[in-house]
Amino acid sequence: MSKDIHIKRGLNIPLQGESDKKITSSKSPNKFAIQPTDFYGVTPKLSVKAEGTVAIGDALFFDKNQERVKFTSPVSGTIANIKRGAKRKILAVEILADTKDTFKDFGKADVASLNRDQVKDKILISGCWPYLMQRPYDVIANPNDTPKAIFISAYNTAPLATDYAFILKDKKEAFAAGITALSKLTDGSVNLGISSKDADFFSAIADANIYQVTGKHPAGNVSFQIAKVNPINQGDKVWVVNPQDVAIIGHLFLTGHYKPERTIALAGSGVKEPQYYSLKSGQDLNDLFKNTVKKGNYRIISGDVLTGTKITKETCLPFYTNSISVIPEGDHYEFLGWHPFIGNHKLSLSRTFFSWLTPNKKYDLDTNLNGEERALVVTGEMEQVFPMDVYPLQLLKAAMANEIEKLENLGIYEVVPEDFGLIDFTNTSKLEAQEIIRYALDIMIKEVG
Amino acid sequence: MKFLRKALDTIKPKFESGGKLKKYAPAFFAIDSFLFVPNRTTKNGAHIRDGVDLKRVMYTVVLALLPALFFGMWNVGYQHFSQIGSDLSFWNLLAYGASKVLPMVIVSYGVGLGIEFLFAIKRGHEVNEGYLVTGMLIPLIMPVELPLWMLALAVIFAVVLGKEVFGGTGMNILNPALLARAFAFFSYAPYMSGDKVWVADAAKVDAISGETLLGHLATGHDIASHSVMDMFMGYIPGSIGETSVLMILIGAALLIFTGVASWRIMLSSVIGASVMGLIFNVLAVNPLMALPWWQHLIIGGFAFGIVFMATDPVSSAQTTKGKWIYGFFVGFLAIMIRVFNSAYPEGVMMAILLMNVFAPTIDHYVIQGNVKRRKKRLKKIAKTA
Repeated sequence: MSKDIHIKRGLNIPLQGESDKKITSSKSPNKFAIQPTDFYGVTPKLSVKAEGTVAIGDALFFDKNQERVKFTSPVSGTIANIKRGAKRKILAVEILADTKDTFKDFGKADVASLNRDQVKDKILISGCWPYLMQRPYDVIANPNDTPKAIFISAYNTAPLATDYAFILKDKKEAFAAGITALSKLTDGSVNLGISSKDADFFSAIADANIYQVTGKHPAGNVSFQIAKVNPINQGDKVWVVNPQDVAIIGHLFLTGHYKPERTIALAGSGVKEPQYYSLKSGQDLNDLFKNTVKKGNYRIISGDVLTGTKITKETCLPFYTNSISVIPEGDHYEFLGWHPFIGNHKLSLSRTFFSWLTPNKKYDLDTNLNGEERALVVTGEMEQVFPMDVYPLQLLKAAMANEIEKLENLGIYEVVPEDFGLIDFTNTSKLEAQEIIRYALDIMIKEVG
Repeated sequence: MKFLRKALDTIKPKFESGGKLKKYAPAFFAIDSFLFVPNRTTKNGAHIRDGVDLKRVMYTVVLALLPALFFGMWNVGYQHFSQIGSDLSFWNLLAYGASKVLPMVIVSYGVGLGIEFLFAIKRGHEVNEGYLVTGMLIPLIMPVELPLWMLALAVIFAVVLGKEVFGGTGMNILNPALLARAFAFFSYAPYMSGDKVWVADAAKVDAISGETLLGHLATGHDIASHSVMDMFMGYIPGSIGETSVLMILIGAALLIFTGVASWRIMLSSVIGASVMGLIFNVLAVNPLMALPWWQHLIIGGFAFGIVFMATDPVSSAQTTKGKWIYGFFVGFLAIMIRVFNSAYPEGVMMAILLMNVFAPTIDHYVIQGNVKRRKKRLKKIAKTA
C-alpha cells in the first residue's frame, strides 16, 4: 500500500541549458582514475601496486576502518600511477585501460533465492557497497548494521535535474533486481519515491513500497521523503541509494559482473548541446569537455549547481556523479548591483527583482555571490525552503556553537549537507550552510559515533 | 562607470594585506562594495546564489520609509504654518519641513555611520549594513524640535550600548532606533513630551502649540477637533514620521510584498491591539479607554511602530509561531501601556522594547515544542519495539 507525499514549501530554480532527452555514448578513453576523495570519511589502503594488472571488479583499495568495504576497478588494464598528495595521501589510482574489457566473474544468481549474508557478500566483494549510504551522517553504510529501512528517491527536483526514469529506461530489469537485492538487507521496507509522471514506468517494481512525491525542490531530496514516511530517530540507521546505483547492483546479480556505467546529464548554459551521455565510472572527461563545453569563463560542477563540487576539465568521472553542470563564472563587478527593483536577470526568493513577474523564465545564473557574507539578520527565509519539522536556523547556530546536545535535540540526525543547498542559495547573509552541517555531522561522528 | 572601477582598483592594494593603509581596509571595502557588488564568487556550497543581500534588504526598508519621510517633512511645514495662519504652497511647506528634518537625518547618519566605521576599523571586521535603516528610523520617531546634539547623543547611546557592545549588527537584543528614542525620552523628557515640541518653533512663538492626540487624551480632553480622516492621512502633530497611516501603509505594502518584513508580526500586532482596545471600550471610564478601539490603530506611533520597528528581524522572535505570539503581545501591551500610564501615553515604544527582551524566551518555548515532539516520537518507537 503506497501513500503519496506532497511537500509544500520549496523553490524550483529554472536554469537555461536543460539536457535533451537523448543519450550519446562517448568514446571510451584509455585513461581512468578512481579517487578516494570521492568517498567521505574513508581512509584508503591500497590492494594493488603500480604496474599491476586488474580486471573489471578487482579491488584497488579498501577502507582501513572497515576492511570489507572494497573499491574496485571500473575497467581492465594496468595500474599506471598512484597519485599522492601531501602526507602521501592517496589522491587517485590511475588505470590505463586495455581494449579487452575483462570482467571478474562474481557469479550470476537469482537474487530472490539468496539470503541476507549472501547478498551482502556479493555486494561487498564486487565493490558495489559504497553505493549504500547511511543516514545519519551521510557516510558509506556499515556492513555490520541492519538498517530500519532503505530509501531511494527517483524523483529529482534539483536545478537541471537528471530524469531518472529516462536514464533507467533500458535498465529496468537491472533496477528491479537491485531493489530485490536491497530488500534482503533490511528488516523494514525498501521505499521508492517517484514522480507521478513515472508511475507507469515503476509500476512493475515488486519489492518496494512506492509512493508518489509532488512538490518543489527539495521534494526530490530523499531526506524530506524519509521525514514524511519514516523519520530517523536517535539511534536509527537508514540507508539510501541512488536509483542509477540500484541498477548497477541489480546488473551484478543478473550477470555476475560489476559494470559501473552511468548515464549523466551534461547540462547548463555553458554546454553546446546539453544532453545525456553514457559514461564509465572513473573515465577521463577531457575529451568530452573538449567537444561540449563552450569557450569562455565557465565553471564545471560535478553534480547539480546547489550541491555539487567544482571540477576541472582534467577530472575523471567521480564515483557518485549523475549530472555535470556547466555555468558561467561570476567574477565581475556590478555597479550599484544591490539596488532593488532593477532588472529581472537574477532569481530571488524576495521580490526585490522583477523576476516574480516572469515565473516561466529560465535564468542564466552565474557563480557571483551577489553580495558578501554578513551577520545573520533576516529570519524566516530558511524555513521557506526547508520543508521538514526541523528549525534550520537554530540547527545551524547550534552547529556553529558546537552544542552537541542541542544538535541532537534539534534533529541533526535527520539532515545531510545536500538538504541545505537551497538554504545556501536563499539566505541573505551568504552563510555556507552545507559546510556548517558537514562540520556538525563530523562532530557527531566523533562524539557520539 | 569603468573609470570609477579603475580608480578603486588602483588604490585597492594599499588596503589589502601588506598595504600601508591595511588598518582602514573595512572603511575602504565598505565604500567599494557599496559602489560595486564585488566580484566574489562562490567557493564551497551552492554554486549559485540568490540575488538578495543585506544591502538590498536594508535599502528596501529605507525605500519603504521614504513616503513617511516626505510626508513628515510636509507635515512639519503644515503644522507650523497652519497655526500662524499663513497659507503657503505645497512646495513651500515641504521646503520648510526639509530645512527642519534633513539636518536631523544628516546628524543621525553622520554620527551613527561614523561609529559603525570606527568599530569596524578597530575590530577589523566589515561594516554591516544594519545602520542604513536605523539611521533613517531615528529622526522619524523624534519630535521635530529635538535639539540636534540630543539626537546625536541618543544615536551614540543606541549604537554603542544597544548594538556594538553585543557584537554589532545581528547580535543586539533591543531595537537600536527605539533604544535611541527611549534614551532621549528618559534623559530629556521636556524635549520629548508636552505641547511645545511637536510643532516647529512652538517654544518660540506663543501662538503655536501642539500636543499629540494621545497627550491630549491622557490629560482628559477629547480629540473631537480632529477628524478620523485627519488621523489617517496624518494632518496631526506627532513625531516626524509617525503621523500618516496612509504613508506607513504604503511602506508596509512594499515590505510585505517584497517579503522583507514579516506580515505575521504586523497582523498579529493589529489583532493584539484590537483585542485590548475592545476590552477597554467595554470597561471605559475615561476618554482614553473610551477611544474607539480602531482609532487606537491610527493615532500615535502604533502603525509606524508595528510596521518598521516590531518587524526588525534581529530583535523580534525568529520562529514563525514565535512571531505570532510576539506580535500579539506587542499590540496588546502597546494599548495597555497607552491607556494605563497617563504620564507616558506613547506605549508602543515600551511594548516593543519589552517584547524584544522576551522574544528569545518565546522562541525558546516554541523550539522546545519541536524538541519534545522529536523525543515523543522516539519514545513511541521504543515502546513498540
